[in-house]
Amino acid sequence: MDSHSVATAPGELVGGVDPHSHPSFLRHHFESVGQQREAASFGMWIFLLTEVMFFGGMFCAYLIFRNWYHPAFVAGSNTLDITLGTTNTAVLIGSSFTMAMAVYSAEMRRRSQLILFLTLTIVLGFAFLGIKAVEYHQKFVDHHIPGPNFSIQEFVHPSNPHAIPLSPDMAQKTQIYFSLYFAMTGMHALHMIIGISLLFFMVWRASQNAYTEGHIMPVENFGLYWHFVDIVWIFLFPLLYLISRYR
Amino acid sequence: MSTIISLPDQATARLPRKSFLNEEYGIKSWLLTGDHKRIAILYLVSITFFFVIGGALAGLIRMELLTPPSDLMATDTYNKVFSMHGIIMIFLFLVPSVPATIGNFLIPLMVGARDLAFPKINLLSWYLYMAGGLIIFAAMVLGGVDSGWTFTTPLSTHYLNTHVTTAAIGIFLAGFSSIFTGLNFIVTVHRMRCPGMTWFRLPLFVWSHYATSIIMILGTPVLAITLVLVALERTLDIGVFDPSKGGDPLLFQHLFWFYSHPAVYIMILPGMAVISEVISTFSRKRVFGYTAVAFSSVAIAVFGFLVWEHHMFIMGVSQYSALVFSLLTMLVAVPSAIKIFNWTMTLYRGSITFETPMLYAFGFMGLFTIGGLTGVFLATLGMDVHLTETYFIVAHFHFVMVGGMLMAYLAGIHFWWPKMTGRMYPEAISKVSAIVTFIGFIVTFFPQFLLGYLGMPRRYASYPADFQVLNVFSTAGATILGIGYLLPMLYLPWSLVYGAIAGDNPWQATGLEWQIQSPPLTVNFVEIPVMDHEAYDYEWLANKTVHEVQTVG
Repeated sequence: MDSHSVATAPGELVGGVDPHSHPSFLRHHFESVGQQREAASFGMWIFLLTEVMFFGGMFCAYLIFRNWYHPAFVAGSNTLDITLGTTNTAVLIGSSFTMAMAVYSAEMRRRSQLILFLTLTIVLGFAFLGIKAVEYHQKFVDHHIPGPNFSIQEFVHPSNPHAIPLSPDMAQKTQIYFSLYFAMTGMHALHMIIGISLLFFMVWRASQNAYTEGHIMPVENFGLYWHFVDIVWIFLFPLLYLISRYR
Repeated sequence: MSTIISLPDQATARLPRKSFLNEEYGIKSWLLTGDHKRIAILYLVSITFFFVIGGALAGLIRMELLTPPSDLMATDTYNKVFSMHGIIMIFLFLVPSVPATIGNFLIPLMVGARDLAFPKINLLSWYLYMAGGLIIFAAMVLGGVDSGWTFTTPLSTHYLNTHVTTAAIGIFLAGFSSIFTGLNFIVTVHRMRCPGMTWFRLPLFVWSHYATSIIMILGTPVLAITLVLVALERTLDIGVFDPSKGGDPLLFQHLFWFYSHPAVYIMILPGMAVISEVISTFSRKRVFGYTAVAFSSVAIAVFGFLVWEHHMFIMGVSQYSALVFSLLTMLVAVPSAIKIFNWTMTLYRGSITFETPMLYAFGFMGLFTIGGLTGVFLATLGMDVHLTETYFIVAHFHFVMVGGMLMAYLAGIHFWWPKMTGRMYPEAISKVSAIVTFIGFIVTFFPQFLLGYLGMPRRYASYPADFQVLNVFSTAGATILGIGYLLPMLYLPWSLVYGAIAGDNPWQATGLEWQIQSPPLTVNFVEIPVMDHEAYDYEWLANKTVHEVQTVG
């Protein structure tokens, strides 16, 4: 290799290969679109791996405390609104579908369809957050938010006839259940908010035809992120709402 | 056998007309750069800034400990000083030190690529680092944190009225910066290798960084969520770690050390990366047992995840699990020893010369071995109960982190300085500084082994008068050590202007990075190279030099 040659312009660097044959979105340090695409998708999967570890810390805490304070976890779980939870699950799966359709539209190079599906994903994302806010509000009204205003009344003297009253000591442990509930769903909601912000950016870019001329990697990778956030909920929903429901 | 290599005559060397340093000028061309080499230099400047602050805090600690009573500062000030020293040195200096500077600069060059896979994410990681660093700095200026760098709950969540949350946010951001660095390295090594660059032709530098990156991406997110939970516990009163609500402080320890033990391998593996290159270059021999050294890096990364509980032997964990973790901890000594033995075998019958990087590398091997072996003492259950939370621990990890990692960092900076800047550092004074650092280090930290063994606990501002002699030694050593670190900070900037011109390959090293001009072009390689020989092939280099036609641009 000739170490002393001096490059004068980026166009000259692609020695031998016609620089004009490259699409504009190929960044200079990649040899080919294929390499760029593989790198981007591999990078995204690794990022999702770090996300798994991030949520993993809380799932680990859930596992331990559920094992220790099983009655408190059962009682806490039953105060959640299963109708809202199920609706939210459906909303989120729906948003994953619209996201998948957005990726498909980008592949098919249909700009207005892409914008439509991205917008629908935003709408469903907001619907999820709205329903979540209603649920959080209920918890606030019931004094089930951990902290000085937390009330164990509902668990010591339950209004639900199926519920088994807890001893005051065990009833205190429902605070751990709600700590985890808010930490886990809160972190999940934070990921949704970040996702929705990115979606707004992508709608704007899509309107400039950024993704419908072959450069679909951003849409595809964002799709992976959105599905990941969806999958986290698919784990959270049964663990927090379903697993110890009374008949 | 080693190949006889004669160093090139640098009198004829000229600086290249065009390089990444003069491609563009102005502050914007640096702050918005996508060039991994420029980002490496941004990192170099910023970690040096934080190193100076952390070092000054260390100086305050040693000054306070010069006399038995707590007279220089109040005890809670002392708590803040050692906490900030730990937080800054670990999260803002040691973790990014080699990977984000030398690694950032070299990994694309070593694998034969034009840049890291994601230049923008690379720049983002520097901005996250700076944001985190400045927030931690703000926490210090606003009044400090006194939880220790370990943020032990419930102390950090319920009993402290200092800027714990602020510092936690800073560490969270700095953590994401290291996740992005690791992610970039992994994708680059997998997807950006040049034709012919098989996994077993990669320099060991790249292998070690690959192993480091695995820890960065798997460990750091767990630290992030742990700090989030601590911050939520302080601000919103959730109770995951709060025993009064039924939470478990021990769970915090598990989660925290799940990251923070592997993190010490984030800190030491890149140091080992540098040492492999330096030892091979200055012995003019292929690293003995290349495959073993390569896999020992990965083994350290894997075992590193299975030993965290040894930080908790005195915290009431199950005796049976302690037994298992004790055994696993000792297992980590095996891959570390493989490296040390293989480097020693590389030296054997090599044609060794004693340039500054080599002196630092020798310092590393000696000090790291002492630090590592005392780690085996601490892995032993009975010994650990006696020695933990004493100065023995302090001496142990400073031997590994300062004696090991900082020596390796300085070895790397001197070794690749000609490549980064195109100019040589002054050889004579830098040899002096390498030796001063080594002597200062031994005088500072060896007495701490004795202090710890005699029972002096860590993290106290005052101590019984019996311990004073050894503490005076330690403080005196810290002064010498400070001079050792001050010298490079003076002569390296000096050499930017007055240093001799280095030429392409002043050490006659074999790495791809040495076959291009110094400092490199922004695109690194005019044509993507084709690798047709193994790493550290000095025969290839000797033949290449014979046949090469030099064209000076």
